[in-house]
Amino acid sequence: MTGVRVAGVGLTEFGRHPERTGRDMFAEAALAARTDSSVPVEDVEEINYGNFMGSLAERQGHQAPLMAEMIGSRCSATRYEEACASAGVAVREAVRSIRSGENDVVLAGGCERMTNLSTAEVTEGLSTAADDLYEIRAGVTFPGAYALMARAYFDRFGGGREDLAHIAVKNHDNAMPNEYAQFHREITVEEALDAPMVSEPLGLFDACPVTDGASAVVLVSEDYADANDLDAPVSVTGSGQGGDSLALQNRHHLAVTPATERAAAEAYEDAGISADAVDLVEVHDCFTIAEVLAIEGLGFYEPGEGIGAARRGETTATGERPVNLSGGLKAKGHPVGATGGSQIAEMTRLLRGDHPNSEYVEDATVGVTHNAGGTVASAAVHVLEVDR
Amino acid sequence: MTDAGYDEWLDAIGEGEGYYLECPDGHGSLPPRRVCPECATPELDRTPLPESGTIETFTVCHVAGPSFADEQPYVTAIAEFGPVRLTGVVRGTDPEDVTVGAPVEVGKGTNETTGEDMVVLRLR
Ligand SMILES: [Zn+2]
Repeated sequence: MTGVRVAGVGLTEFGRHPERTGRDMFAEAALAARTDSSVPVEDVEEINYGNFMGSLAERQGHQAPLMAEMIGSRCSATRYEEACASAGVAVREAVRSIRSGENDVVLAGGCERMTNLSTAEVTEGLSTAADDLYEIRAGVTFPGAYALMARAYFDRFGGGREDLAHIAVKNHDNAMPNEYAQFHREITVEEALDAPMVSEPLGLFDACPVTDGASAVVLVSEDYADANDLDAPVSVTGSGQGGDSLALQNRHHLAVTPATERAAAEAYEDAGISADAVDLVEVHDCFTIAEVLAIEGLGFYEPGEGIGAARRGETTATGERPVNLSGGLKAKGHPVGATGGSQIAEMTRLLRGDHPNSEYVEDATVGVTHNAGGTVASAAVHVLEVDR
Repeated sequence: MTDAGYDEWLDAIGEGEGYYLECPDGHGSLPPRRVCPECATPELDRTPLPESGTIETFTVCHVAGPSFADEQPYVTAIAEFGPVRLTGVVRGTDPEDVTVGAPVEVGKGTNETTGEDMVVLRLR
């Protein structure tokens, strides 16, 4: 089985770009990744494209071949849809196709255009990641679903809104120097606690923003990298995916995420590492409580212990295992279908040493990305390692 | 439009004859099901839903989608009824009076914005 190297990464600035089309944003990210990789477009054999609500937001289905055309390719192109984990799964399928020997060069990533919709329309669109019969009809919104999990967590394990506020503060701090991030504004714990409620107990600063943006990574086989003398110091050494019941009400517990546990176990075994070996992490913090559930599901904390990690300084930039040095979904932004690819791009930059926050992790060799769909009915986890 | 299995179930709830599906191993689930989601057996029997449930978690939603725009703020809760949980909108009470652990009963209500039938929970 061949190794898989990250030959290049590309991102658009995440933020409010209601006038930009999805095709334009993805083309920008994909062309940037191609340039970063020095791989000619004619060598790209497959495009794996993540997108969640393009049919709704842009009235544009069948987006994958459109995206291929936008970068001057006629290769086979497929859209992957797994709600917020769409691009994570697109990357995973790229890894699998290269490992199988079928392809040497795959471009993976994703895009979402969201701010051209009203808040109510976005709320409705995102809620379709929940169970139509048993959740959407009962008024479960995306923030509402995580609010249900947050209250269940507080009730079972303790912790409260102030602990969550520390996570928001940390991720805003991390986004400050990131040129691709949506927010470049420090916030305080008090500001987070005083912000308007979205879905109690979660307030405005517990929630990721509505974001437009695109991400792309060029993945190549070990042989292709060697034959073409590519400068590609980061490898994808582990990949895993896990699933769970779509509706919260059918889960065994409302404050743990077994899909993440299963994806992590598979990815760690694949890479031949344990959670202890991980130096830094990009996790799916669509809401502050989601970061807690993620670092517990990934095995860095026992259930109930992750809530205080940011407050204790363990997951901050100068902590022992920084979480979301990019700013995370919370402050970097969450263009749903682009997020999983963006995490791979940011982790690659962090490990290569060309991310503005690389200074905090100069000796880091092992990074993990965690991309979750809906209320973690699906999760994709990847292990990235620097070995040259 | 009807959702076979679900609509029939919700009508039964409305008539006070709510049920869930039970497999021989005692796993509970809600329709539509062809097999038990826990053990995949196709042997599912209708079993009466307990009359009283317990709120396990809830949220007061202040930012609704278009289909709940007329109702915000509203409370959505997940309540345990024996081996199954139900997600519903809590009606007939102030949001401040809803607590984890509160006993509830389930009924059928109408979403005034969309006209759709929905699961409604009321404090007992
Ligand atoms: Zn069963």
